[in-house]
Amino acid sequence: MKNINEHRILMGNEAIARGIIEAGCTLAASYPGTPASEILPAVAAFAQETGVSIHAEWSVNEKVAYETALANSMAGRRSAVSMKQVGLNVASDPFLRSAYLGVKGGFMIISADDPGPHSSQTEQDSRFFAMFAKVPVLDPSSPREAKDMVGKAFELSEKYELPVMLRPTTRVCHARQTVALSPPEILDRPARFEKNPGRWCATPQYVRELHRQLNDKIARIAMEPDFAPVFTPGDGSFPGVGIIASGVVFAHAWDLLEDLGLGGRVDLYQVTMPYPLNRDFIRRLEAQYQRLLVLEETYPVMELQLKSDKVQGRLTQTIPGEGELTPEVVGRILEKFLGRAETPGAAPPGGGVRPTLCAGCGHRAAFYAIKEAFPGGIFPGDIGCYTLGMNLGAVDTCHCMGAGISQAAGFYHAYAAGGGEIPAIVAAIGDSTFFHAGVPALMNAVMHRARFIMVILDNATTAMTGLQPTPEAGVNAMGQPAQPLYLADLVRACGVKFLRECDPYDIPALMSLLQEAHRYCRTPEGGVAVVIARHPCMLDKKAYERQPVYEMCVTEDCTGCRHCLDEFECPALILNEGTEQVVIDGVRCVGCGVCSHVCPGGAIEARRRE
Amino acid sequence: MKQQIIISGLGGQGALTLTRLLAEAAAALGLEVITSETHGMAQRGGAVISMVKVGPFRGPLIPAGSADLGLFLTDKTLPAHRFYLKPGAAAFVSTAAPGDYFHVDGPGLAARLGLPAVAANLALLGYVAGRAGLFCGAEALEQVLRDKTPERFRDMNLQAFKAGLEVSSGQ
Repeated sequence: MKNINEHRILMGNEAIARGIIEAGCTLAASYPGTPASEILPAVAAFAQETGVSIHAEWSVNEKVAYETALANSMAGRRSAVSMKQVGLNVASDPFLRSAYLGVKGGFMIISADDPGPHSSQTEQDSRFFAMFAKVPVLDPSSPREAKDMVGKAFELSEKYELPVMLRPTTRVCHARQTVALSPPEILDRPARFEKNPGRWCATPQYVRELHRQLNDKIARIAMEPDFAPVFTPGDGSFPGVGIIASGVVFAHAWDLLEDLGLGGRVDLYQVTMPYPLNRDFIRRLEAQYQRLLVLEETYPVMELQLKSDKVQGRLTQTIPGEGELTPEVVGRILEKFLGRAETPGAAPPGGGVRPTLCAGCGHRAAFYAIKEAFPGGIFPGDIGCYTLGMNLGAVDTCHCMGAGISQAAGFYHAYAAGGGEIPAIVAAIGDSTFFHAGVPALMNAVMHRARFIMVILDNATTAMTGLQPTPEAGVNAMGQPAQPLYLADLVRACGVKFLRECDPYDIPALMSLLQEAHRYCRTPEGGVAVVIARHPCMLDKKAYERQPVYEMCVTEDCTGCRHCLDEFECPALILNEGTEQVVIDGVRCVGCGVCSHVCPGGAIEARRRE
Repeated sequence: MKQQIIISGLGGQGALTLTRLLAEAAAALGLEVITSETHGMAQRGGAVISMVKVGPFRGPLIPAGSADLGLFLTDKTLPAHRFYLKPGAAAFVSTAAPGDYFHVDGPGLAARLGLPAVAANLALLGYVAGRAGLFCGAEALEQVLRDKTPERFRDMNLQAFKAGLEVSSGQ
């Protein structure tokens, strides 16, 4: 029994991964998305380190990940699926059905929320989704707690044969803390799927009964003593007053009460399972308190279950209806609720430094070519690093994974039916996003004879979330060989008749391909034209080492016209305010040479570095 | 012992490495520690901030106006993140430009030693370690650098750290 007393500093996502390995889980599936991306690689790393056997995979999307993991559970084995909160939207179909049909081996969904939001297209609350699905949800306040909850979630799931959700938020996922490690549990459970058509194929005649059973399970889980709120009593200074908190907001509240000298003076409850809320707890609150404050992110999940006019929270507008509950926000709410003078707070200044595509990024070159080729075009975009193309004016929409292609088709139909001039429509989508949700959208667009250009920005990785392999890489999450799938094959299989590929670093070549694609779209037999703009991500050090490097210099011909700064926006191009000429930031420049195509006066020169 | 530290920089500059080193140093001294990091979109060159809380804290975030110490990997993010510091708390900045803060020319030191640009961060850490006020001494950090840095970066990191340390002892 080695490792028994080992402690290690782990990120919340790594702590969850460690919990998954220690609980004897045999299949973990995921699709990368901030703030959940680090869970699956850590599962693979801990499996390797401890020598346990697990199937860990980056699935092509969250729905597929969910269903794959679910079947492992149906075969009696512990399974986990992790994703960011909007990933659960993609997996919502199997998610809701699995609550009715239930599971066999413990099944845990990790849906990481992003209050703020910091890196997401909504700040939706997965606990609310769990309530909608009638699935119990655990809400950790720290990495340590998140790891402890993993084991408990599997036990609860097996006891009731029901999926259980773990809902960390960004601040838990990306916190680091010392965590105690235990050896992995080895469960001797060979895969065994027991046929039961009334359950696993449940037709409508069975569903009503399954729903009744689900309601019964949820009612019983609401009485589980192990998942009841954790009470820290006050010293009587605030009679009849209580604070209820869940998730990281509990941790903020704890620290803030200490700062205010109120730690241990007011009754404080930590709710670890916000849904279903413990029934005895609800009764106790009603009987013992006159004023209650509910702190939770981001929707009023506990508050709605409490249904009490003693409660102050989001429904009473005591707490803002949107945004992250940062310590600054919670501090003001606590001071007001407990009748303390408001501490004047330092206000964050506006502005800051906005994110931008990296120096040498192939996407920047592609975006520049797209907007130069089609100044009046419509540019539907998608989800990834390349959403930053909006800063360049080359991304007009950003909705959800794969939406850019369907939107391009929709814009075409809108203009075509409108009878006027149809603008050039150029959708840009990343390689990983295309595999995730772009394929059905492309099939649909081709089938309905939409005419637009689709550019696949292929950087050979999933860059935004930390360089996870795409299906084209031929390597899986465990670092073992996988069957590669090729973008070009898929595009052709979707019925596309115009397909070209090029390196976007060659801006003139890409522009001429785009023009050719545009002409094809407008021919009588034309349809969707696809251009694959292929250049590896600059964060992939090995790929960078393979490419030629140029010494860049700006000549005296620079007029300071700002074209390169505004239209190309490379972080290595800066304006010398003294001379009003552009200079190269030698530290940030990676020597890609692309900006030499960009200067209208030819004042940026590239010399091959030896 | 309670100390709250912010580490501010631009995405990709190396704030996460310093965060981890400080957390490991605290743990090695047997102190409780919790940190917070920026991941995702802002890592693409935007302003990022990490927080290190040493002592019996539960939450990973430092409220505005509460940090005891600030490490800035560039002066570019001072305007965005300085408000996290307590009034009068020291800001240590890796820059050649003097101002109303303590500064060490991390990029200059790294360049003179022939080290890559990221080594500037270690020079900043060494500089801060050499000034009084950090929860741990320079020896503790140096030990963590030896124990926790991947081998291929170890010598470079130690060299930069010591260069920063020397600057502070010379002042």
